[in-house]
Amino acid sequence: MRGIPEGDGQRAVGERFRSAVALYTALVGAGFRRQWQYKLAMFAGLFTNSVFGFVRAAVLVAAVDAAGDFGGYDQGSIGAYVWLSQGLLGAVQFMGPLGELDDRVKNGDIAIDFLRPVDIQCGYLADDLGRAVCTFLPRGVPSVLVGTLTFGLAMPATPGPYLLGMVSVLLAVVVSFLCRFVVVLIGFWVVETRGIRLLYYTSGTFLAGLFVPVHMFPSWLAAVAAATPFPSILQAPVDVLSGRITGAEAFSVVAVQAFWVLAIGIAGRVLLAAGRRRLEVQGG
Amino acid sequence: MVEVATPRTRSWSTPYVAVLRSRIRAQRSYRLSFASEVVSAFVVGLVELAEVWLIFRTARILGGLDLDAALLLFGLSHSSFALSQVLFGHLDNLPALIRLGQLDAYHLRPQPLLLQLITSDISLRRFARASVSIVALGVGLVRNDIAWETSTVTLLTLTILGGIALFGGMFVCAAGLQFYLIDGSELTNSFTYGGSFAATQPASVFPTPMKLLFGFAIPVSFTAYLPTLALLRLPGPPLLPAWLAWLTPAAALWVWLLALVLWRSGTRHYQGGGG
Repeated sequence: MRGIPEGDGQRAVGERFRSAVALYTALVGAGFRRQWQYKLAMFAGLFTNSVFGFVRAAVLVAAVDAAGDFGGYDQGSIGAYVWLSQGLLGAVQFMGPLGELDDRVKNGDIAIDFLRPVDIQCGYLADDLGRAVCTFLPRGVPSVLVGTLTFGLAMPATPGPYLLGMVSVLLAVVVSFLCRFVVVLIGFWVVETRGIRLLYYTSGTFLAGLFVPVHMFPSWLAAVAAATPFPSILQAPVDVLSGRITGAEAFSVVAVQAFWVLAIGIAGRVLLAAGRRRLEVQGG
Repeated sequence: MVEVATPRTRSWSTPYVAVLRSRIRAQRSYRLSFASEVVSAFVVGLVELAEVWLIFRTARILGGLDLDAALLLFGLSHSSFALSQVLFGHLDNLPALIRLGQLDAYHLRPQPLLLQLITSDISLRRFARASVSIVALGVGLVRNDIAWETSTVTLLTLTILGGIALFGGMFVCAAGLQFYLIDGSELTNSFTYGGSFAATQPASVFPTPMKLLFGFAIPVSFTAYLPTLALLRLPGPPLLPAWLAWLTPAAALWVWLLALVLWRSGTRHYQGGGG
């Protein structure tokens, strides 16, 4: 992509844009194909998702029966919440496949990434989007099917929630990636990030509403959750897809997701620039 | 004449103890990362407890148990799971050892592979997670109306020891299957972590197939749900009567039988890492 002649700005910009689109499309494709290799791993993921789904659904359905009002959920909508969240878990990972980047930050190989003509944040994002798309057919959709066949889910009958839901899921995948990217970059300053990653995973899944919906939190805990990007990673897309929220309310939740994409995206870029200055490359 | 210094007591366990000591020293030497791991593990325990509290706060009574009884249930299942994880949890690393060809090094040493792997590491941070559940167990024991007799103490001891053994057996089952499913390690997580998750729930809310699964096939109900019923003198649902709580050691034996069969067949299947 180098060697575009100076001057003749109009054409150069157009060409650069087209080549950037081609580049990132190729990266998305590569992420997709890499994930596609791990068929057994994806079946394993589906199986685990289903086991946890059965236990969660059994407990929460009983809780809905026992409580007069369980955060506005009934049998069908709690089922939709459980199985949609299990289905999305493969796409919006909390413990990411950024392990490779984690190692590169730790051993300094990221210096090579800095020299490449691909933006580090966008490049890894494209790869992760490809991976996420690839999890839907073998893992996401079957999880929801398993739930439909065993528990019966209340799903919306109009196309609106599904269309906006797709946008919401896409934003959720991006927010999840950007958060994990920030966590990995802390590795520029800390040698071992395992503890920080575990902390991120634990508080993230909890505040995202994975085990108990955010709507069940007492107000102080709901305020804590709302101050973090985590509900945008799971509760938001589940709420939009299941039709729990519609119309203006749904659009405002999606807008909040977009806000987090910007905020954490910028935080990631700042950390990346600071980490680049910090990076010490040895060798000769 | 120089005499070679010999360790005072030399038993079969000497090499294992030496490895464990060095592991513990190694973990303490990176203070910041060790501290962050301990804090995280502590938060894991707190979050798991918070999930139980959030559900019972609204539902009040779930599957015949109230919040106090649920604390006892949580304390029993998580204490034994977390302690078992201290001893056996690192067997989860087996796929990485196989993929990197490092397992072959263990095969060369004249000691049983499983014993070497179990003693290859001990994660101090996991005690932090256990501490939350042990406190929950204590609170659960105090807040519930339990008739303290010799039989109660016996049952409690049997339950904790049996629970640690049972979950340990599940880690070994999972490890045995890893030899076949190198990419599919998540599949075995559904036994270990899914089993521990199921153990924390009142099994009376499960539909019948799940009662049979977690009651008898992967008998995690023996680690907490059945003992909770017995300690609180509750009758329990059909299929899972409270007196079964006394059979926790038998359930642990059953899991270890499965574990040793799977481990044997797995190590026989293993062809080496190549190279």
